[in-house]
Parts: sequence; structure tokens; C-alpha cells
Amino acid sequence: MTEHYSLSLIDYSIMAIYFIFVLGIGWGLKKYMKSSSQFLEGGRNIPSWITGLAFISANLGALEVFGMGASGAKYGLMTAHFYLIGAIPAMIFLALFMMPFYYGSKARSVPEYLKLRFNEKTRGFNAISFAVMTIFASGISMFALARLMEVMLHWNFNYSILASAVIVLVYTYLGGLKSAIYNEVLQFFLIVAGFLPLVYIGLQDVGGWDGLTQRLNEVAVQKGYASGTWSSMWHYTGSAASNPMGIDWIALVMGLGFVLAFGYWCTNFLVVQRAMAANSMSGARRTPLIGALPKMFLPILVIVPGMIAMALMASPDKGLLLIGNNGQADYNMIIPTMLVHYYPTGLLGLGITALMASFMSGMAGNVTAFNTVFTYDIYQSYINRGKSDEHYLLVGQFATIAGVAVSVAAAYAAANFNNIMDFLQLIFAFVNAPLFATFMLGMFWKKTTGNAAFWGLLAGTAAAALHYSLTIAEGKGGWFGTLVEYPSGMAQGFWTAIYAWTACFVVTVVLSFVTKQLKSDDDLRGLVYSLTPKTYDEPGIPWYEKPVVMASVIGGISILLTVIFW
Amino acid sequence: MDMDIRIPIGLLFAILGAILAVYGFATASDTALYARSLGTNINLLSGIPMAVFGVLLLLFAYRSAKKQNLKN
Repeated sequence: MTEHYSLSLIDYSIMAIYFIFVLGIGWGLKKYMKSSSQFLEGGRNIPSWITGLAFISANLGALEVFGMGASGAKYGLMTAHFYLIGAIPAMIFLALFMMPFYYGSKARSVPEYLKLRFNEKTRGFNAISFAVMTIFASGISMFALARLMEVMLHWNFNYSILASAVIVLVYTYLGGLKSAIYNEVLQFFLIVAGFLPLVYIGLQDVGGWDGLTQRLNEVAVQKGYASGTWSSMWHYTGSAASNPMGIDWIALVMGLGFVLAFGYWCTNFLVVQRAMAANSMSGARRTPLIGALPKMFLPILVIVPGMIAMALMASPDKGLLLIGNNGQADYNMIIPTMLVHYYPTGLLGLGITALMASFMSGMAGNVTAFNTVFTYDIYQSYINRGKSDEHYLLVGQFATIAGVAVSVAAAYAAANFNNIMDFLQLIFAFVNAPLFATFMLGMFWKKTTGNAAFWGLLAGTAAAALHYSLTIAEGKGGWFGTLVEYPSGMAQGFWTAIYAWTACFVVTVVLSFVTKQLKSDDDLRGLVYSLTPKTYDEPGIPWYEKPVVMASVIGGISILLTVIFW
Repeated sequence: MDMDIRIPIGLLFAILGAILAVYGFATASDTALYARSLGTNINLLSGIPMAVFGVLLLLFAYRSAKKQNLKN
């Protein structure tokens, strides 16, 4: 039996006021959208505290709220690895070593960097796969939001899709990337305000942090693990069998911490684009660092609720029932379930608005990354070169509309063919996993050739597909047979990434020795580490704004957190 | 700068915070309403800090706008 939830006038008013502000920001920026650079690159004049918050907010979408809540319940505090080792080192690396080449080069996008550094086909491969991926990611967010509203509040699925599509379209169409970034900052604060009371009441319910860990100890023992498994990060990673994630520390450090994290945070244009919109080189470099500070504490908002839910479900007297899918408890629904379980009228409106905000920031982020890559890397490069800037501004606006329209189609595809979406996400994982090897070699080894980079990328993608086809986890993979069986899909994913990265790295290095470097040192100035002057930041910034100083502080805090929650 | 983002965010938080706080204050004696939140008047408790945060952002925005005017 599920409880009945309905919203009252005050909840709807809160929601309505929020949407007025969201659209108002787009409206207020409309008059500045006079060039393609204003529309697609945010004019490159945004202060770094704004780009920094947008940097993490663009990532704080549906998958994060659903996935991290679910993982918090299933795996406990180990999920926080996605926020510490799985994000912080990569964000520091991006700020200190990679941002100078993104921001300092003439590139307007990540694929365009690949064109300048390597060649047209490497850019094409990355641009097209990225464009398709962003559209589907946006469609999945839209689908998830509409399904959630349907299950939780009995809203009409079609209307929810339509409403979210129209709202995102209006504010990204009016104000472009800047509107998306400003709204991401607004959404970030709203998510904090909407979820923090949940953690507060939830912790009271389980008897504080001590009560929580005590209950989770019982859960761990019940499931056949050591008592502290749910409340520690590294302690039970000695072997894959001793934790519910099924992952040992090697897979964690190499797979998540190195390949996946660096691949995502350092090469995904969705987040890098936010930093590139900053108002100065040092601002661009500060962006990931400013984002890293709240990032370290996000587990409180998205993982702790999952842990609380797990503890409560183990005590039937607490009466927490997950909103289910056809009677089956659905772990993805943990955060929404707890919102309606604990929030009274009033705060409930705010909580649900925060959920919508998080889903929409994910959609808008993808749409604004898509229209830039489509306009500059696909349209301007392959379809119609050498037109006026007004022409490309128009194409950018058209791409925004088309992007949202295709996202709607993708949302319906997700609703009707669940397997197709799984399959697509898998393909994207194959394409993305090796990418960081290409960037690392490209930025730090000037001998890397364009042909080597292209074939290395393909080899990495093939290696990922092959590894997935030969291993099996939770009944998935193993198309060509089973060489290894992994204890969890997560372990399989981490190892797939490790193999893909290694294949890409080795093939690119070997081919770089046997193919000819077509770019001269002059071509590569500003794109490769050894050929670029080492003083990046503009003179006269105060010491506390220096990226190295900030990076040290961030690194120090994350080490401290790791030690405390070891 | 085209738009000081602290103004819309500050305004939104001030308004939403005030709505929650006033509603929380008005329903303070409604124990049935707050049974869900374990007896805590969570509307009042979240509304007040939200409103304060909003007003602070507005103050910061106002101060830097004034500085800007003095410069020009």
C-alpha cells in the first residue's frame, strides 16, 4: 500500500514562483544574445563563483539524484567514492593542467580542441558521438521526471513531458548558455534548500549518525558482510568479496578514480563548457576548484538519504515504504519517497520543486552543450562553412529547438523501449572510456599524431566492447562468452573502462612512432604542455585566488574527509 | 556584467523563505500537519534560513551595485 500524496495550493504556488524566476532569467538575458559567441559560449565574461557552481550543478541531474540515493542504500558510504576519489583529483587536474589549453587555445569546444591538436576525423568522431549522447541524456532526464511525477503525484505523463520541454526550451532559447548557467546556480541553491531538511528529519528519525550506523551495522551483518561495511569508504575494499559493491581498491583507484573520473570531468564538454565561459584564464581554472568544494559535501544530500532509507526499511515499525514500480520496491525512488514521507504541506512543494529543478538543470546542460557542438563542430565544419556570425547564431537557436524536440522523441523511446536506452548508454560508455588517454597524450606528448589519436580512440572503443562481450555481471554482457564473472555491474563497468583506456593508450603511443607528425611545433603552441609558456594566470590576482593555493586546500579537505570516514 | 544573478536568486529565496516561514508560523499549532516531520515545524525551520540567505544575497548585490555607481 502506498500513501496518498497530493499537493495543496501553497505547494503549487511555490512551484509556480520558481518557474516564473527560471523563465524570467532567460527573458532578462534575451537582449544580450546578439552573437553566436554570446549565445553558445556565454560571452566568456561570467565570474568564476557562478561557473563553479554551474560546473557541478549541470551534473546534479536525474541520474545523480536517483542513482546516488539508490547506491547509498545498496552500498552505503562507499558510494561517496564517486564524490571524492571519483571527482576531486580529476577536477584538480583539470584546473591546474588542462584548463590552460582549453581556455587558452582558440577552441570553442572540446571537439574543436581535438581538431586543432589532431585532425578533422578525430573531431568528427567525438563531436557526433557527443551530440547524440547529450540528446539522449536530456531525453532520459525528461522521461525520468515525467515518470516520477506520474508515479508520485499521478500527473499526466504526456503533459509533464511537454511542460518540462517547453520550460527548458524557453529559457535556453532566450538566454543561451548564460541562461542555462545562471539557472544552474539557482537550481543548486534550491536543491540544497529542498533536500537538506530531509537529511535533518531523517537523521532524527534514525537516532542521529550513531543510530544510523548502528542500524546499518545490523543490515550489513544480515546481508553477510562485516558490521561496519555500510559506514566506511575504504575499510572493506581489500577484496571485492568483502563489500556489496563488489569492487576492490585497485578497480576503485584505476577504474573510477583514474579512467572514469578523468574521462568525465576533464573531457566531457558538458562540464568543461561551464569553465570555458569564465571571464578570465584564472577564472576558468578556478571553476572546477570552486565547484569541488560543495561537491565534497554533496554526499550529505544525495547519499545519506539512501543510507537512512536502508536503515528505516530494516525496521518495519518505521513504516517507510518505497514508491514502487508495479508493486516492486524501486531503489531509484528513495529520495522522492522520503520527500513525501517526511515533508508537510509547504516544504513538500519546495522539495518537489527542487527535484524538478535538478532534472531540468540536467536537461538544459545537455541542450546547451549540444547546440554548441552541433553549430561549431558539425554545421560550421561539415555542412556550411564561412557564413556570417548572424547565420551561426540562427543555426544555434534552431539547434536548441531541434535538440529539445529530439529529446522529447528520445524520452518516448525510453518510455517504450527500455532496452534500447540501456544499449545506447552502453555504447556511449564504450566511446567515452578511452577518451582521456587521447587527451592526456595529446596535451602532454607532442609526438602524438592525429592518425594515432583517431585509431587509438577506435581501438579503445573496440576494447571496451570486446571486454563487455566476454565478461558477465548481474546477467549482463557476455555476448561472445564468459571469461570472467564480476560480482556487480559496477565492477564490470570499472574494468571495462580500464581495458578501454589501456588499449587506447598503447595503440596511440605505438602508432605515434610509426605515423608522421603532420603538425609543426608552431601549430601546437598553446595546445601542448611542453610548447606553451607556463605562466597562465593574469598578473595581480590575490594569493587566495591562485589555482595552486585553492587546489591545495581542496586536496587537503578531501584527504581529511577520507581519513575521517575511512 | 549583464545581470547580477544574486538579485533573482536572492529575491526568490526571500519570497519562498517568507512564504514557508509565515505558513509555518500560522500552522504552528497544527500537530497533525507536522506529524510527518516528527513534530518539528519544518516549514518555519527551513523558511527562516532561506529568507535570511535571500536577503543577504540581495544586500551583497546592492552593495556592489553602489560601488559600481561610485566608480562611474
